[in-house]
Amino acid sequence: MDTFLLQIFNGISVGSILLLIALGLAITFGLMKVINMAHGEFIMIGAYVAYVTQLIFARHVSKSLFGLYFIVAIVLAFVATWLIGLLLEGVLIRFLYGRPLDSLLATWGVSMVLQQLARSIFGAPNVDVVSPTWLDGGIKVTEALQLPYKRLFIIGFVAVCIIGIYFYIYRSASGRRMRAVMQNRDMAACVGIPTRRVDAYTFALGSGLAGMAGVALTLLGSIGPSIGTYYIVDAFMVVVLGGVGKLVGTILGALAIGSVNTALEFGTTASLGKVLVFGLVILFLQWRPQGLFSIKTRALDDN
Amino acid sequence: MITKERVVMRSEIDTVKSIKSKFLGNWAVIATGLVLAAAPFFLSDFRLNLLGKFLTFAILALALDLIWGYTGILSLGQGLFFGLGAYGFAMYLKLEASGGILPDFMSWSGLTKLPWFWKPFASAWFAIPMAIIIPMALASILGFLTFRNRIKGVYFSILTQAMTLIFSILFVGQQQYTGGTNGITNLKTIFNLPLAEPSTHRILYYAALIGLAASYLLCHWLVRGRFGRILVAIRDGENRLRFSGYNPVPFKVFVFAVSAGLAALAGALFVPQVGIISPAMLGIVPSIEIAIWVAIGGRGTLIGAVIGTLLVSTAKSGFSESYPDIWSIFMGALFIGAVLLFPEGVVGVYNKLRQRLRARKSVLEVPELVEPSLYETPFTVANLESAVKAGSKRA
Repeated sequence: MDTFLLQIFNGISVGSILLLIALGLAITFGLMKVINMAHGEFIMIGAYVAYVTQLIFARHVSKSLFGLYFIVAIVLAFVATWLIGLLLEGVLIRFLYGRPLDSLLATWGVSMVLQQLARSIFGAPNVDVVSPTWLDGGIKVTEALQLPYKRLFIIGFVAVCIIGIYFYIYRSASGRRMRAVMQNRDMAACVGIPTRRVDAYTFALGSGLAGMAGVALTLLGSIGPSIGTYYIVDAFMVVVLGGVGKLVGTILGALAIGSVNTALEFGTTASLGKVLVFGLVILFLQWRPQGLFSIKTRALDDN
Repeated sequence: MITKERVVMRSEIDTVKSIKSKFLGNWAVIATGLVLAAAPFFLSDFRLNLLGKFLTFAILALALDLIWGYTGILSLGQGLFFGLGAYGFAMYLKLEASGGILPDFMSWSGLTKLPWFWKPFASAWFAIPMAIIIPMALASILGFLTFRNRIKGVYFSILTQAMTLIFSILFVGQQQYTGGTNGITNLKTIFNLPLAEPSTHRILYYAALIGLAASYLLCHWLVRGRFGRILVAIRDGENRLRFSGYNPVPFKVFVFAVSAGLAALAGALFVPQVGIISPAMLGIVPSIEIAIWVAIGGRGTLIGAVIGTLLVSTAKSGFSESYPDIWSIFMGALFIGAVLLFPEGVVGVYNKLRQRLRARKSVLEVPELVEPSLYETPFTVANLESAVKAGSKRA
């Protein structure tokens, strides 16, 4: 029973990382009808930012401050992936608006290039990031059940991010502009919203979230150039399950896929568990083809 | 002003032209076929084997072109169907190689008896049809469950991609039944012919060529008539098709199943040529690479799919042997370039050049024929609209 609870707990923490990743995807897809296959590579960039920050701290900063590298890495990763996201939007993504299938292929190309660059710079084998010592250990709930601080930290960190995103989307002026563009681009443009700038900043924000997710992933295991590919398909499943356009859909979708995945993997084997999750998602779509939540529209063709 | 005579003249010229271009197209196809048929006489065994593999890839590209280029549905599960076909036939070859005793990887992972679903694969009469029917059935089920709910576009692509990923994980995980990461290896003979012999290679090469020709003819037959028009209509305006009284669902399920079957055929023709099949060949990466072959060649043209496959595969085998790092980046650039710069691929660029040349000629001779005729541009709603607009302007 205790191991099962631990599995569920682990599932929630994996689901919360998935949520950070899927959030960026859901927003960019909802806003610009662009599928960003290179989103996984922003995770990879974030993870390598953590790796590099850790190396610099180990070499140049006194040992007592080493634990702080993680906080610095989160900020750096966000800034780096935010900037790269802005760049990518400017040179490529903006030509692909409203062409989801084309954008899927083109960004797949971007992802290949980025992975190869990472391989050339950091080498093909996985590297380990030393976790800060203040995240060692855990809370003992019962004799056999210990909740690791690392996973608790991830859950807490994601919760903070989600609250921040919530206030950004639903309570700030630029979030309101974003929702307006998402609901009706032409109308938003008519009332003077700079839709191009909204697109660019939203894309950058999604990329930044993925970068922070990458830093969080370094707590769970070693990282490599293709770490993004592993999570991207799951993240897309979250978008399909949760629907596009509402924050709550993505949250529920991520938690559902994360915990059901872990529970089924515990009950069967890892590979069969994945098959079952996929089957469940397909079955669910029979009931709600648009996913859990979606923006209601009267348009016949949705683009 | 368009006078009646001019209209007649135009349509006559168009007919002549379209017949001519069709003939030229056919001649190109026949010439390519003849060169490929003669290839065993001037290529080394190694090159021939390579080309044989590319021919099966070309079948794979035709399959994707049918569903993506013509019907507008990007399936990222083609690599999976290819892999399933290959695995199905490899099961038969493995049982033939192990000669009645348990295949080696099964005894390594502790099985003592052949699993029940392996048993019928000892017969080629079961294995070969099943290698194609199972992927078709899988495609029909997934297609029915998604198309019925009007799940389309990129959602469908993501679902097929997830399915591919899951199956490749499953094949790695179920080591005792599938050989795990290594896959099914050490295939030795096919119908008692040794796989390593050059003479067998030649037979397999011709089998692949016949498979490609048959697939080409099948696709040509499918896209040529009314059925092909419906596929294009699904691509360009599915709702308009619905309003005209058609239910697109059966058409989509059918074309997805045919495409899966062709991909499986390619897999079954591929596996004896290389003597091994592993989960790496049915993952998401190969599935999406097929899309780049089709995009480079030209979506929505069958010959383009074949040309694109041969071009990219040849470049890849030349490049990646000596510079694997650069190849990966080059491939990425191809993806971006094919979408942004050459959305119509090699065939599109060729057609455009030819049109421009002809336009220049016809400017000198008959000024009225500057604009491209309706028949030479791909039949899309957008083209139709622009043609109508151009016509009304002239009037």
